[in-house]
Amino acid sequence: MSEILDKLQMYFSFPFVRYALIVGVLIALCSSLLGVTLVLKRFSFIGDGLSHVAFGAMSIATFLGMTQEMYLVLPVTVISAILLLWTGNNTKIKGDAAVAMISVGAMAVGYMVMNLSTNSINVSGDVCTSLFGSTAILTLSQTDLLLCSTLSGVVVVLFILFYNRIFSVTFDENFARAAGAKTNEMNLFIAIIIAVIIVVSMKLVGSLLVSALIVFPALAAMRVFKSFLSVTVCSAVFSVIATLIGLLVSILWGTPVGSTIVCADIVGFLIFYIIGWSTGKAR
Amino acid sequence: MGEMICTELICRGLALGYENQILISDLNFTVNAGDYLCIVGENGAGKSTLMRTILRLQKPLAGSIVYGEGLTANQLGYLPQQTVVQRDFPASVREVVLSGCQSKLGRHMFYPPRLKKLAQTNMERMGVDQLAKRCYRELSGGQQQRVLLARALCATERMLFLDEPVAGLDPKVTLEMYRLIAQLNEEGTTILMITHDVHMAAKYATHILHLGHEVFFGTTEAYRASKIGKKYLDDDSKGMIDEETAETEEAK
Repeated sequence: MSEILDKLQMYFSFPFVRYALIVGVLIALCSSLLGVTLVLKRFSFIGDGLSHVAFGAMSIATFLGMTQEMYLVLPVTVISAILLLWTGNNTKIKGDAAVAMISVGAMAVGYMVMNLSTNSINVSGDVCTSLFGSTAILTLSQTDLLLCSTLSGVVVVLFILFYNRIFSVTFDENFARAAGAKTNEMNLFIAIIIAVIIVVSMKLVGSLLVSALIVFPALAAMRVFKSFLSVTVCSAVFSVIATLIGLLVSILWGTPVGSTIVCADIVGFLIFYIIGWSTGKAR
Repeated sequence: MGEMICTELICRGLALGYENQILISDLNFTVNAGDYLCIVGENGAGKSTLMRTILRLQKPLAGSIVYGEGLTANQLGYLPQQTVVQRDFPASVREVVLSGCQSKLGRHMFYPPRLKKLAQTNMERMGVDQLAKRCYRELSGGQQQRVLLARALCATERMLFLDEPVAGLDPKVTLEMYRLIAQLNEEGTTILMITHDVHMAAKYATHILHLGHEVFFGTTEAYRASKIGKKYLDDDSKGMIDEETAETEEAK
């Protein structure tokens, strides 16, 4: 045990490890907030599609030799979110097809562009990194750190401010619209926030695993808690704890960051599932 | 306002439907303050479409809807049919009822005490204040409808739109629900309700709008006296139906 603590102490003396932990916690916090909305509005599919788009944009940014990929990835993902929501609103089947088309297309283009780029020596390594995150969290620059923290902070603040409106548009869109709420604007707003969350979380777990970070905490919390507020708070706490555990494990044993965090999420979800199941039976 | 009759809603030459399919054409009716209008008719006659159009959730193919003074602010209380989302939504009764106050938030981000009180009052009126902390999805069908009624009342007390509020409820709870709605109407709320049950509609409503091949609009007494009303209210007269439809077809 003391061996582990010594090792941790040694790691914490490096500033980049501390940065990684801070950013990890912030990202975990903001990614978990909209989980309930995403799951219940059947948007989790769109979240998944968007992460693929972000991967494509990331490859193009690398190909163009941009020093800060975020400046391309963020706008592209936000625009795709708006487009997907628009088509998704009109007809259901068309929306699903559009998501599949855009996400698969972005993946293909992204991989091709990555292969074309000559300034990269290890193509499969690069692809793996953007898909699964690998050690990205430990190689964050100062700018990355600042950008991630700011974006996460903005998402958390916006979520708290619009909490009541997000609730009513998620629970019953028709009622909200009849009562005079601007639901289309709200949906757009939610889509943009989701896009930002995905781009930010990609830094932590890579684009393929982003959905897990968004969906697992909400699903776990919904097993046990019964009100929107308690589910939201619980999924935030769940996400932060699971991410911290995942980060520490990956630092100590050298496992890939992204998949370790997601594994921690899975274990947490199973625990919550059992709790929900047993309390449900007891009643 | 006293004895003055206040018009809440006028529909003129309304045509409803989807792109190529016209469900209703040239529909005219008026709703006055304090009315209790039941919309009856076969499945697919366009009852829900009509309600959604009045609520501005979709556009009419033709015609116009004029709203009463003050109703233009989009403040309409709606009790929609249950959606799939709500069946597994984690929300307490209080949270659901409070969300009805959203249109009154204005520039506020959070509910001020005044609106929390309004939600509390409406929960008491609908008899669900004891359930405030319970999870909405774990309630019985009747309780859920009461919660949604309380929510609609938070949005407005002036005019409520109810889309099949008794669907899936057992007979006893259905009767309670009809009484509750009648009581709201007596307390001054204008009611527009879609229902399958013509008998209940004739018992409680002041006006009936019957959609289908033949369209009827008028007071409940006039409906009872009308051919179409007799046909639907009197189940024993099955034999007469064919004759009557034949007659009306000729008249057209």
